[in-house]
Amino acid sequence: MSEPIKAPVAKGDHEPKTLKEQFWDPVAGFGVTFRTMFKKVVTEQYPFEKPPTAPRFHGRHQLNRWPDGLEKCVGCELCAWACPADAIYVEGASNSDDAENGGERFSPGERYGRVYQINYLRCILCGLCIEACPTRALTMTNEYELADNNRADLIYEKSDLLAPLLPGMEQPPHPMRLGEDEGAYYRNEFRATTTGGDQ
Amino acid sequence: MTTTPEKVETVTVTIDGIQVEVAKDTLVIRAAEQVGVQIPRFCDHPLLAPVGACRQCLVDVPDAGNGRGFPKPQASCTLPVADGMVVSTQLTSEVADKAQQGVMEFLLINHPLDCPVCDKGGECPLQNQAMSNGQGESRFASSGTGGVKRTFPKPINLSPQVLLDRERCIVCQRCTRFAEEIPGDPFIALIERGAQQQIGIAENAPFLSYFSGNVIQICPVGALTSESYRFRSRPFDLVSSPAVAEHDACGAAIRVDHRRGKVMRRLAGDDPDVNEEWITDKDRFAFAYATEADRIGYPMVREDGELRPASWTEAFAVAARGLATARAAGGVGVLTGGRLTGEDAYAYSKFARVALDTNDIDFRARPHSAEEADFLAAHVVATGPGGGGVTYRDLETATGVVLVGLEPEDEAGTIFLRLRKAVLHAGLPVRSVAPFTTRGLRKLDGTLIATAPGAETAAIAALDVDAGTIVLLGERLATVPGALTAAADLAARTGARLAWVPRRAGDRGAVETGCLPNLLPGGRPVVDAAARVDVATAWGLDRLPETPGRDADAIVAALTAGDLGGVVVAGVDPADTADPAATRAALEAATFVVALDLRASDVTRLADVVFPVAPITDRAGSFVNWEGRVRPFDQIFANPASLPELRILAGIAEELDAPLGFRTVDQVWSEMEQLGAWDGARATAASAAPAEPATAAVQAGDSLALASWKQLVDNGVMQAGDKHYLATARPAVAKVAPALAAALGDTATVTGDRGSVTVPVEAVDDMVEGVVWLPANSTGLGLLTDLASPGSRVTITGGAV
Repeated sequence: MSEPIKAPVAKGDHEPKTLKEQFWDPVAGFGVTFRTMFKKVVTEQYPFEKPPTAPRFHGRHQLNRWPDGLEKCVGCELCAWACPADAIYVEGASNSDDAENGGERFSPGERYGRVYQINYLRCILCGLCIEACPTRALTMTNEYELADNNRADLIYEKSDLLAPLLPGMEQPPHPMRLGEDEGAYYRNEFRATTTGGDQ
Repeated sequence: MTTTPEKVETVTVTIDGIQVEVAKDTLVIRAAEQVGVQIPRFCDHPLLAPVGACRQCLVDVPDAGNGRGFPKPQASCTLPVADGMVVSTQLTSEVADKAQQGVMEFLLINHPLDCPVCDKGGECPLQNQAMSNGQGESRFASSGTGGVKRTFPKPINLSPQVLLDRERCIVCQRCTRFAEEIPGDPFIALIERGAQQQIGIAENAPFLSYFSGNVIQICPVGALTSESYRFRSRPFDLVSSPAVAEHDACGAAIRVDHRRGKVMRRLAGDDPDVNEEWITDKDRFAFAYATEADRIGYPMVREDGELRPASWTEAFAVAARGLATARAAGGVGVLTGGRLTGEDAYAYSKFARVALDTNDIDFRARPHSAEEADFLAAHVVATGPGGGGVTYRDLETATGVVLVGLEPEDEAGTIFLRLRKAVLHAGLPVRSVAPFTTRGLRKLDGTLIATAPGAETAAIAALDVDAGTIVLLGERLATVPGALTAAADLAARTGARLAWVPRRAGDRGAVETGCLPNLLPGGRPVVDAAARVDVATAWGLDRLPETPGRDADAIVAALTAGDLGGVVVAGVDPADTADPAATRAALEAATFVVALDLRASDVTRLADVVFPVAPITDRAGSFVNWEGRVRPFDQIFANPASLPELRILAGIAEELDAPLGFRTVDQVWSEMEQLGAWDGARATAASAAPAEPATAAVQAGDSLALASWKQLVDNGVMQAGDKHYLATARPAVAKVAPALAAALGDTATVTGDRGSVTVPVEAVDDMVEGVVWLPANSTGLGLLTDLASPGSRVTITGGAV
């Protein structure tokens, strides 16, 4: 530092204000105020009006369903692995078509996600989990109102994250309705006969 | 993998331009490892014979050592090195790289793209090597361009525990080679041809090997999975901790994979000195017992006849008060069972001497004898790998092995595998003193020394052995009068080496730490005044109890008679003891019982104070295996609600004003190290050895001698909780000689002095006449409760009662 900083000195201490400074500047300042009164208001009336987000906004997650209501999630935990914030916890389990012995089917194929939790205290909504999902089971909605008054409720369970049942969907567990095996689901072979509303 | 021991002929090869000197006959793939070059492979396994099945390890060999190269790439896992050989791997040779990528493309033609749901995904050699040595694109129509891959209905059960996804299989044959070469259970084989080639089992012959879990671990793809672990977690969110198997005295190294405080699976660890890379299914699958619903979660004290929850401090105080009263009213016995870690056993040993002022302590929760205690003091305690004790490696170099009262396949799986390795590779002759040729002995290509139970003493005395022979003595010999003495005599006479192989993980550690009426820690004989002074000095005491104490049977008898006031019981199942009814009666008769156990049991239901103990995952410690090798392990889960037994005993002892001087495992360990082993004279087996046994060969009418041991998979309390694993148990059958079997029919009822058992009959060709074999703990409450007292005779009748 070459020279010490001097305390700023008010101009008026040294020399008198000019006429422009005395009379025009205050009016010019109010001019800004006056002009703004005729411009479009940028304030968002947030709690009362909720403007739509950008279409690809990263909001709360959703676990999607096949058109027959079966879950797309296979419990592979790749989302949990991809998560940089360690916000996702998944436990897989076996599907079974053996209904007589208590077997239940929640997704096509062998495996489904029995436990699925996202901790929104940790989640940074980066979307890496969505990229990792091999079945497009996990996507993000535009919902951004993720606040609560306690920590426990911010750990979203599978029931909180699952997409709602649309018309034509059936609450799992139930057998595969759209094909013989999971391959038929993954290859979209059912498109020919039904119109899906899964995404 | 291959180390180069001294005095081994070596050759020099050049791999990727690097010269390396390796032992003659080393495979190229291993030589490459020595220069740090990883050649991709699937079928190759260092402990299995080379086969060259998967072709993934192709390398270019421009010079085979004779100046000429191989015209085509060679499989490096079957190619031994030659002097002057030049090898170019995928790193330096485009030919090798292209060959490997081509093989990978073939392997992936029909391999499904189900990695996200595959249990192997994340730890899969195929996945990894497809990334490192494969191409992103396939030229085969079936891969990704709408074609259809070959599929099979999936999965199928090879056994109740092992599942096979045939479409994932790349036919590397690691599993079939393992089954044939290592345990000798070739139940699985390649069937069909071409694209349909698959692993299969014969109809009605599932893969019921005691070592079947190993194939799941060595499968390089996700074709073999286990029912227990199926879809339970992914490899990348598991935490792996090394540990030691707690089910037998082999001390096998295992790896515990856990997530969020729960054990998800166990895998074999790699310890070349002990279990190599194999473990039994019991070590692998039987871990659910620690999380069963009847696990005790808090201390309990009895009040008005009912057990109620109590705080730790209150329970310590109540236990101390009761023990002090009982000590004054005759004394307190200590029964420790055989499952303690070495540190806990030491704590019990010290607790008995310091706080209870007694030598009435015994770890043997099974039929036993004073002769056995003498034998342990004279020939077993304080021997180990460093001090000339028999080791696993010694089994491989012995001139012969004799098994007496030991069925290694059932009772010590790691020994069985090591013996089989020695039999196959070194031609080790194995003899077994047993009533019939077991499946295990047949797989060891062994010779039967046909001996009726009870007649082992004479058989041992008549053994023809040389100095290079190793005699493995099972704990069952304790019930045969004179057998252990005869074995000691044999060793003294011929120079053959002895090893005592108990069943439980804590047995040997309990011997070392003095959980015996005649031994103090470190093998110090109780009767030796100098040894007593040595221990008393180390413990800061004036004196220690001087007379040898009561053994477990005597403690039970004294409790019933009222000579002993109370008893401290750790993890003893009355059904294991020589007389279960008497043990239960003694516990009821005892005025004060302190039980330390993991789960509710017959003992905890009768106890006055119950302490929960930490399962093996919640504490550090060490086991001592049959060799005398210390097998330490670390704590895996931090669970403040479960304390190791040594901490509980320290708490009680402090209330008794006889502090033990430690509270943690580390403190016990350093105290044990400081105390060390006894350097004075060993105890000598009582010269007045028990009189020559009443020859059990008396054929009393139509009664039969009962031969029995516990099968590997049975009704043991530490095997509860995994139905798939339990379904792999061998069925309980009565094995008898063919003539008797023909007379009996399909089922028979065996009747002894305590009850009768009805089981199917199986004829065994070389069964000694007048003997029936039954599994000891595969029916009901076990034979000691349901059938007969040890050494008694039984009768057998055809059909059910």
